[in-house]
Amino acid sequence: MKRFAALFTRLDQTTRTTAKVAALADYFSEAPEPDRLWTIALLSGRRPKRTVNATILREWASDTAKIPLWLFEESYAIVGDLAETIALVLPPNRTESDHSLTHWITEIRRLPTLEEPDRRALIDAAWDRLDASERFLFNKLLTGGFRVGVSRTLMTRALARATGIDEPDLALRLMGDWSPDTTTYRRLVLEPDPEEDLSRPYPFFLAYQLEDDPEDLGPVTDWLAEHKWDGIRGQLILRGGTHHVWSRGEELMTDRFPELAAARDFVPDGTVIDGEILAWTDDAPLPFAALQKRIGRKTVPKKLLAEAPVILKAYDLLEWQGGDIRATPLKDRRALLDTLVESLPADAPIRLSPRLAADTWKILADTRARARDIGAEGLMLKRLDSPYRVGRTKGDWWKWKVDPLTVDAVMIYAQQGHGRRANLFTDFTFAVWDGDTLVPFTKAYSGLTDAEFRQITAWVRKNTLERYGPVRAVTPEHVFEIHFEGIQASTRHKSGLALRFPRMARWRHDKKAAEANTLGDLKQMLAAYG
Amino acid sequence: MAVLTFTPEGIHCPAGGFHIDPWRPVDRALITHGHADHARPGHAHYLATETAAPVIRHRLGDIALDTIPYGETRRIGDATVSFHPAGHVSGSAQIRVAVGGEVWVVSGDYKTEPDGLSEPFEPVKCHAFVTECTFGLPVFKWAPQAEIAAEINAWWAATLAQGRTPVLGAYALGKAQRLLACLDPSIGPILTHGAVETVNEVLRAQGLALPDTIRVTPETDPKDHPNALVLSTPSGLGTTWMRRFGQTSAAFASGWMRLRGVRRRRAADRGFVMSDHADWDGLNAAIRDTGAERVFVTHGYTAQFRRWLEDQGYDAQVVDTEFEGESLDTPDAEDAA
Ligand SMILES: [Zn+2]
Ligand SMILES: [Zn+2]
Repeated sequence: MKRFAALFTRLDQTTRTTAKVAALADYFSEAPEPDRLWTIALLSGRRPKRTVNATILREWASDTAKIPLWLFEESYAIVGDLAETIALVLPPNRTESDHSLTHWITEIRRLPTLEEPDRRALIDAAWDRLDASERFLFNKLLTGGFRVGVSRTLMTRALARATGIDEPDLALRLMGDWSPDTTTYRRLVLEPDPEEDLSRPYPFFLAYQLEDDPEDLGPVTDWLAEHKWDGIRGQLILRGGTHHVWSRGEELMTDRFPELAAARDFVPDGTVIDGEILAWTDDAPLPFAALQKRIGRKTVPKKLLAEAPVILKAYDLLEWQGGDIRATPLKDRRALLDTLVESLPADAPIRLSPRLAADTWKILADTRARARDIGAEGLMLKRLDSPYRVGRTKGDWWKWKVDPLTVDAVMIYAQQGHGRRANLFTDFTFAVWDGDTLVPFTKAYSGLTDAEFRQITAWVRKNTLERYGPVRAVTPEHVFEIHFEGIQASTRHKSGLALRFPRMARWRHDKKAAEANTLGDLKQMLAAYG
Repeated sequence: MAVLTFTPEGIHCPAGGFHIDPWRPVDRALITHGHADHARPGHAHYLATETAAPVIRHRLGDIALDTIPYGETRRIGDATVSFHPAGHVSGSAQIRVAVGGEVWVVSGDYKTEPDGLSEPFEPVKCHAFVTECTFGLPVFKWAPQAEIAAEINAWWAATLAQGRTPVLGAYALGKAQRLLACLDPSIGPILTHGAVETVNEVLRAQGLALPDTIRVTPETDPKDHPNALVLSTPSGLGTTWMRRFGQTSAAFASGWMRLRGVRRRRAADRGFVMSDHADWDGLNAAIRDTGAERVFVTHGYTAQFRRWLEDQGYDAQVVDTEFEGESLDTPDAEDAA
């Protein structure tokens, strides 16, 4: 664990990509192979499941730290991370341990087989043998929330450096349905058997948001434009007479979307399609909330299947007749895809994401402006002669999202942030006017600079009207421009609506509270886009 | 009768007719130390310790400032006051106020671990204690200063080995001088930001022994000072001012660096957990050692700390002061203020 903790400390102590890659490459060259495998698993989102109930863990930690539970909870509220809070409140460890990362993960996974007193004894013994940074990582693994600020791409680059294997090749090897229980470092990384995992998806190609003028991209005829659909990006894999559905987050979702099984009847074996899974009826997408209900279910009740049936909006063809065609230019891949999908019966669960024809960027800009009307988030622009690349790469693919919806709202409650912003007021509740009363309708946390958060924090302290626990009611004085991506009806909120991805875009120093928007304005947006 | 009351101007002693660290102009102000949220302009008369006075004068200019040595008692109206070391920064004091047989102490900002530079904290027996609690949560615990010093010096050497210039950010009054005393001059010279050097000069002039430093001016060429470490103000980190040093590695020293989230927000390469305020154990020990039954908490995690003290059997209350604003709202200055 010491080596892994040292790696984590090196990663955590730098913001430079090159330093992170170097730290990881060193680790991948030096650590024992089982630890390397676990590290790859952890950094690619294959975390061990939570094996201890978080409530019990909090009780044990506060007990061992000899502080009351309420004080532990207050500390947690400020620190914002359970594993870190535990590591910080515990007394210093009295002994050391040379055990490996794999040893401690094995211990953690043994916990469910133990009786409760033995579980506590194991955890207490670990806390007493691990130093502060090891303990933090142990707790992270214990609570199932292990995340490090290292992207998959960086991890793959470091592993490529340590092994001398080509980066795209490695990225492919690390995809799919494996865990440290089902493979070894050698079999996964060094000597993979391509036949081993028929379900293996390709690394997804991801786009950056287009910030500049699209005219800068060159002639519009070099580009394929299509709508950016608001569903779950996924790959449908047909190999060996069976099918698999992967989400972009590399979750196997085959059973969640049984409709897609019908693809086996029409689509030939040796095919992989990249697309967007959407809840879809009457030739239009249902709001994301409908799909969300489906995601939550491992098995889907009939009623939900009927209410929110899914389809795959096909974007791209990655494998055809058993061959990886990602290096083929998009226009050729797309031609194959078009032919394939057009040959399917009308009720097949696969539809083409239509190409948006345009002679000028101006026409596309108009289409983009209307994207929300048909339930899309904007447009995607893809260079026609581009290969299907790995990960988020600039240049060939761009997402060109519609401008967000906006509303001017009055800040009425404030709460202290946690983690990064533990010492500032950052969590605000906003209201709009309904007659002469202010109705809260959303919270927002992000969008201001640290300097602005400091300024508003000072103001909150001096303008607190009332305290409700950690929440302070403040003088309704400041107006903020709130940006959001979507709006839905909601029975859970007093305002009757809920926003998607609300954030503070601007502090409107130029506006008085009376000039904020009204509930009526929001209801109009709900009618138009909800 | 209460020895001290909490008024819109600040902490007030009716029997003595004076205020302690008031934030609005008053006739007579007793000042615990020179940080901006405690020593404010506009009062008619000031009283501070002899060692705190030069910095206060430097900051506030031509003021009517009277000084008093630590431990000496002085009669003001019907009250008797004395100043006692708070261990926060050089010259910082707790202020003891006795009226009749009743003794109250205002802690100002304090730190219980001796730092080798400021006069070490001394517990003062009292009936009521007005204490700060900037770090009044059990997650805030400091390692011994020698350990942090070793970490900082190791970082200095490692950064040089990478061909970079280490730039350490710390509040100009207090933290910067404490760091100076921690740095190992055998590694290389110490360059200082103008704001830090100005305070150094004031402190040296009053006889404080500080290591040699070199003020960074527009003419300074880093090549003339190989192996140097740069001591900057927090606001100097990440600015164009740093560019002159070429490839740098920035570090920041503060109690807030105990929290990973805050450490990451600073976007510095390193965060050293070093504070001029008491940690959780320090606060609890200090309060216990006063023997006080009543405790007023200000400045920090007051709601949580008050409840904890009440659990421990104290009669504890929160006092809203404007120190809180300064100390928490400016993460740069926060725990040094
Ligand atoms: Zn201070
Ligand atoms: Zn202060």
